[in-house]
Amino acid sequence: MRSFTMTKTVLKNLLGGPATLMYPKKKRTFTAITRGRVDNDINKCIFCGMCSRRCPCYAIVVTKDSREWEIDRLKCCTCNLCVEICPVKSLSMENQYAPAVLDRGGGVHKLKGPDKPKREAAAGAKGADQAQ
Amino acid sequence: MAHKNVIPFGPQHPVLPEPIHFDLVTEDEKVVDAIPSISYVHRGLERLIEKRDFIDFVHVADRICGLCSFMHSLGYSQAVEEIMGIEVPERALYLRTIWAELSRIHSHIFWLGVAADAFGFESLFMQSLRLRESVLDIFEATTGARVILGVCKVGGVRRDIDAETLKGIVNRLAILKKDLDEICSVFIDDYSIKHRLVGVGYISQEDAYTLGCVGPMARASGLSMDMRTIGYAAYKNLDVEPMVETTGDCYARCLVRVRETFHSIDLVRQAAEKIPEGPIDIKVKGTPNGEYFSRVEQPRGEVIHYAKGNGSKFLARFRVRVPTFSNIPAMIKVLKGSEVADVPNIILTLDPCISCTER
Amino acid sequence: MSEPQEIIPIGKNDLVGMVARFFSEGYRLVQIGCSTLENGYEVNYSFDKEYRFKNLRVTVGSGEDIPSISAVYANAFLYENEIHDLFGVPVTNINIDYGGTLYRTAIKTPFSVENVKLPEPPKQKAEAPSKPADKPKQQTEPTEAQKTEAPEVQKE
Repeated sequence: MRSFTMTKTVLKNLLGGPATLMYPKKKRTFTAITRGRVDNDINKCIFCGMCSRRCPCYAIVVTKDSREWEIDRLKCCTCNLCVEICPVKSLSMENQYAPAVLDRGGGVHKLKGPDKPKREAAAGAKGADQAQ
Repeated sequence: MAHKNVIPFGPQHPVLPEPIHFDLVTEDEKVVDAIPSISYVHRGLERLIEKRDFIDFVHVADRICGLCSFMHSLGYSQAVEEIMGIEVPERALYLRTIWAELSRIHSHIFWLGVAADAFGFESLFMQSLRLRESVLDIFEATTGARVILGVCKVGGVRRDIDAETLKGIVNRLAILKKDLDEICSVFIDDYSIKHRLVGVGYISQEDAYTLGCVGPMARASGLSMDMRTIGYAAYKNLDVEPMVETTGDCYARCLVRVRETFHSIDLVRQAAEKIPEGPIDIKVKGTPNGEYFSRVEQPRGEVIHYAKGNGSKFLARFRVRVPTFSNIPAMIKVLKGSEVADVPNIILTLDPCISCTER
Repeated sequence: MSEPQEIIPIGKNDLVGMVARFFSEGYRLVQIGCSTLENGYEVNYSFDKEYRFKNLRVTVGSGEDIPSISAVYANAFLYENEIHDLFGVPVTNINIDYGGTLYRTAIKTPFSVENVKLPEPPKQKAEAPSKPADKPKQQTEPTEAQKTEAPEVQKE
């Protein structure tokens, strides 16, 4: 049985400096696969709705007609299932966590995609008719 | 006749990590009886199987508890895989074992810190949590999150660890082992700690067996009970040895947990050497129809996951029986006859995890 | 990898006798679990000795009570109080009886038969394999109908 066994470690800690970061002055380094928050590249999105069907927390709402995609970040549990299932890889997981908000509605993040270019679709249809 | 008092212990107490309540009936300074009272964090998680199908439920199982998070999803996945007859690939079994042992290391180091805090040794508490950060950093580098890993699924695991990272993990654990040696020698040899723990909270081997003790509490009383020897996941290929002490008091329980931490570091090294190449998951087809009891060794003892399916994609019944629930009757027996000042020590050597108990 | 797990269904009158026999053989009580069925409950008593797992299963209807085994295994009181509070199955003669205050929930007995909705097993799978078999069945059915009609005509 010994006494004062902790002295050596305590002295080392005293002289070695603090173990904590001076956050927010010094930012924390995240790893490449840290799960922070989900973001969507709206130009690539095809509004198929697979992410909304797969989400276990029902956090994603996709409306195909008006081309809107929204996520409630306060419901999202960052499980990464939507990112894995997206067929065009427009969803991505950033490694910074979502910042704090003041009320329940503040976590909703809405994105509106570009309208389908109508002239190109009409030209394609005319070209197909002429070919036939 | 001495005068009887009833002293309430908990649910808010500086020593308790989670809320539990004991009514201590005392005569002078000795505790004569203890009446436990739970249900401060009852969330009714078992009824969520009606709302989420059996593949999505693994995320709910992860969130039953923060400290034992990975073992719950492991037990659930094993139960469903056995019902459906799915053969998980070898590499996934080894990866699950590595994460499970890392879970055990971080849980025991956390316990060491909280127990030191219980009898006033603040510097040991701070140093333990500082060492625990390196294990949490390993979790973040391999799975993306520090506490709720979300990496186990029905049919395998969701992420892979490549050989470079495995070597890095083994090296980091070797450095951790050197630092842990210093702290644990404080725990084992220090005069003031021994004065508070030796001879306190004794339970005999027979009482521990008939009252249903599991985990380190049973192993400290001489019962050699470790569910890893059954051979689930990759444990059938590794050298598992249950750490047994015979004294049966608080000091023996501390020793068992310290020895288990070093043994887990060795198991991770063994698993990293033997891991084979191959796929990490297998496609799941069909729905579960049948029932199975899956037994896993959590840091606190033996946990049982029971799953029953009747062919639809929602399970019919899911039940978790956690080790703390099983240890409470033994705890009451130990508390009778102890001093009031020793009650926080004794309850902490039980290592209560109340959010598991009252899912 | 599966380990051998036995499930033995028994009646509730044999329960205490079999439990006492397990106690004398050195088994320890692992858990007492309960599941909700269509019209009743299924109570599962699990025992273990040297990693061999055995289960006793008792099926009771809604409102029937079961005897307590806390005279044999003292640690059963916690499980039996939980069954009484969450499922509403009355258990008689528990050694420490909380009287319904162990779990304080907003709805009494949240897991009972009235409150739990069991999932329906898929019906499509039962119909699908019968489709190719329908044709031979249709051929046999009229013959069976003829057979049943014939004796009736004779009787008349």
